[in-house]
Amino acid sequence: MAIRPDIREHWRRSKRLTFELLAIWFIVSFVIPFFARALTPITFFGWPLPFYMAAQGALVVYVVIIGIYAARMRRLDRQFGLGEEGRG
Amino acid sequence: MSAQVGGNAAFFDQLRRYYTWYTIAFVVFVLALALLEQAHLSRTWIGYIFLFATITLYAGIGIMSRTADVAEYYVAGRRVPALFNGMATAADWMSAASFIGMAGALYQQGYDGLSYIMGWTGGYCLVAFLIAPYLRKFGQFTIPDFLGARYGGNTARFIGLCVAILCSFVYVVAQIYGVGLITTRLTGVDFGVGIFLGLAGILVCSFLGGMRAVTWTQVAQYIVLVLAYLIPVIWLSIKVTHLPLPPQIAYGEVLAQLSQREKALTTDPKEIQVRQIFAQRAESAKAKIDGLPGSWAESHDATQKKLEDLRAVHAPVAEIKAAERAVENYPKTPEDAARAWQGEVAANTARAAPPAPHAEPYFSANPDPVKAEAERAHKRLNFLALTFCLMFGTAALPHILMRFYTTPTVDEARRSVFWSIACIFVLYFTAPALAVLVKFDVYSTVVGKSFSDLPLWVAAWAKVDPRLMSIADINKDGIVQLAEIALGQDIVVLATPEIGGLPYVITGLVAAGGLAAALSTADGLLLTITNALSHDLYYKMINPNAGTQRRVTISKILLLFVALCAAWIAREAQAGILFMVAAAFSLAAAGFFSPLVLGIFWKRANKYGAVASMIVGVSVAFYYMATTQPWLRDVFGVTAPIASSMWFGIEPISAGVFGLPAAALTLVVVSLLTPAPSAEVQAFVDYVRYPKVGIGEAEDLI
Repeated sequence: MAIRPDIREHWRRSKRLTFELLAIWFIVSFVIPFFARALTPITFFGWPLPFYMAAQGALVVYVVIIGIYAARMRRLDRQFGLGEEGRG
Repeated sequence: MSAQVGGNAAFFDQLRRYYTWYTIAFVVFVLALALLEQAHLSRTWIGYIFLFATITLYAGIGIMSRTADVAEYYVAGRRVPALFNGMATAADWMSAASFIGMAGALYQQGYDGLSYIMGWTGGYCLVAFLIAPYLRKFGQFTIPDFLGARYGGNTARFIGLCVAILCSFVYVVAQIYGVGLITTRLTGVDFGVGIFLGLAGILVCSFLGGMRAVTWTQVAQYIVLVLAYLIPVIWLSIKVTHLPLPPQIAYGEVLAQLSQREKALTTDPKEIQVRQIFAQRAESAKAKIDGLPGSWAESHDATQKKLEDLRAVHAPVAEIKAAERAVENYPKTPEDAARAWQGEVAANTARAAPPAPHAEPYFSANPDPVKAEAERAHKRLNFLALTFCLMFGTAALPHILMRFYTTPTVDEARRSVFWSIACIFVLYFTAPALAVLVKFDVYSTVVGKSFSDLPLWVAAWAKVDPRLMSIADINKDGIVQLAEIALGQDIVVLATPEIGGLPYVITGLVAAGGLAAALSTADGLLLTITNALSHDLYYKMINPNAGTQRRVTISKILLLFVALCAAWIAREAQAGILFMVAAAFSLAAAGFFSPLVLGIFWKRANKYGAVASMIVGVSVAFYYMATTQPWLRDVFGVTAPIASSMWFGIEPISAGVFGLPAAALTLVVVSLLTPAPSAEVQAFVDYVRYPKVGIGEAEDLI
């Protein structure tokens, strides 16, 4: 597929995706730990919620959002004719 | 292109076959050793066999992938599939500190230690979203290459290469120290010899084959270190919980039981008695400091007299020996005494504190509610600051970023970050579980036991190194109290197999895993340093006409030289080692993050801004460390009191929290005050932003 002429739209969309995912990253990494003491009474399958989030939950979120980024960017590339040949 | 696709797929299958067989062979090797152990092979021999077998293995891969080709040497021919690049990055990433120290830090600090877990994984989000795909599109060899191209010219490249060398060198010294430590543990050789034995292991690989050899060895090392980490944890989890569940799920129940146990131990009268003894010891050390300089001579005489008294009554040899050591090690001057006694105050005060609840964030035991609130706020601020520095440092350490040059395409680079984080996840997801399982085991099977009836592993490790495990009957009641146990960080991972009741061969496997972690990181770092020197300094700046053969040769000579330098410093400067790891993160975050990310996301960023920002960022971070970190203060002779040098009470380990914003602000302000970058640079930014688009093409498309 040829490269689409409105390529700037590709950059706008990839920036938007980046900021959305970074917002999730920021909440998990900084906002929840900031309110950790207030959230401690809430439990999650026996773990206090903030402990669980910092020890396990955050890691799962990171893996998932990095996976989403790779998948969405690949689709975006293809839409704009920027998909690369290579191992798929 | 379809031929290439087929080629890549075949290459991938071939790699998968190789590493599957390799994993099977390694497991068979461990099982064979376990059988030999049953046949009474001695522990020393198991240690030797593990050390030499794994180093020979890595050397074998290094020799098989030896190369003198430039693209192979610097970026492994740019054909490393995402999955394998992910595994290599993970091994490159996980250092001796992650492997051996992290679970121990979690054991000691509970929730507050989790900033390491989040910081060292969350940084990959920044790598994935902000840097890796764009660096791969750029497609050169080093990080200074990118700075040179984006910020037109050699000034940015030169400052960049200085920063790259600074943070990588600081980090590699710490890794070589770790290699020495593990080699010593595994074989019992002297520490100095251990360092140079380990160095041989590092060099055979990176020296012969550069990035290509390092990549394929790192994949092998990743497999060793993951097996070594997971096997003992799974075993211990089943032993403690009696549930056939993965430890990461099963430990929730254990955490609840641990919290119960902590509550009981906090109010236990015997525990309180032991803690009071420590509090008294701290008081008397404080009194001695207040009595200086007179108390120095007094207590010197008292120490001397105690020895004479013991000799006079023919006390047991052990007591006399201890008294002799006390006389020998007595501080030489009142100044030394002040320092030594301050250490005593700190150590005893720490041990006089009740156990901090493992799951409670920012715990404070202070009875005064106002002071307790202040302490909590201080801990929270430092938790967030450390997380910040570790994350942004991860996204700026050149030896990690460099790895994303080795994939075939931009898309593959993105997926490779995903595989990296997935591979790292396996270990980091397990570490909090391991810490809780070991803690619960210690609290329930060691505490409350009689001293004559201790588990074997406790006595064994206490004998190896009192800094790892010390246990003494402080209140002379014959029963172990929690406050009577002092654990070093490293013991948690090292002793897990024995706590779980596994044979010694698994302890050997764990040590081999730690060695793999340290070796792989050291390899990646050494390569970054020598690439910066041979590629950026020599080839790009001094002698652009140098032939490829000459560049690779120069790189190899430099590698040898840098490695020897680092080994020498690791042997000499042991006091500051732990701090050096964290310093590397703060320096990298302060120096590289802003010029890299703004270089991609903000076209207006120009070379003046970038150069100024790197200098300001590193200077601010370095200045803060030098004025607040005890070891650096000694080195630079800083005398102003620490408390007045601290900004907002941030610990020196998180100096990047000031360096990075300073750097970003400098970049923006200086860039706006100076002329905008040229049209070519703007076209370059577009080239980096879009996959597949050639240079200048984006402009034509609009």
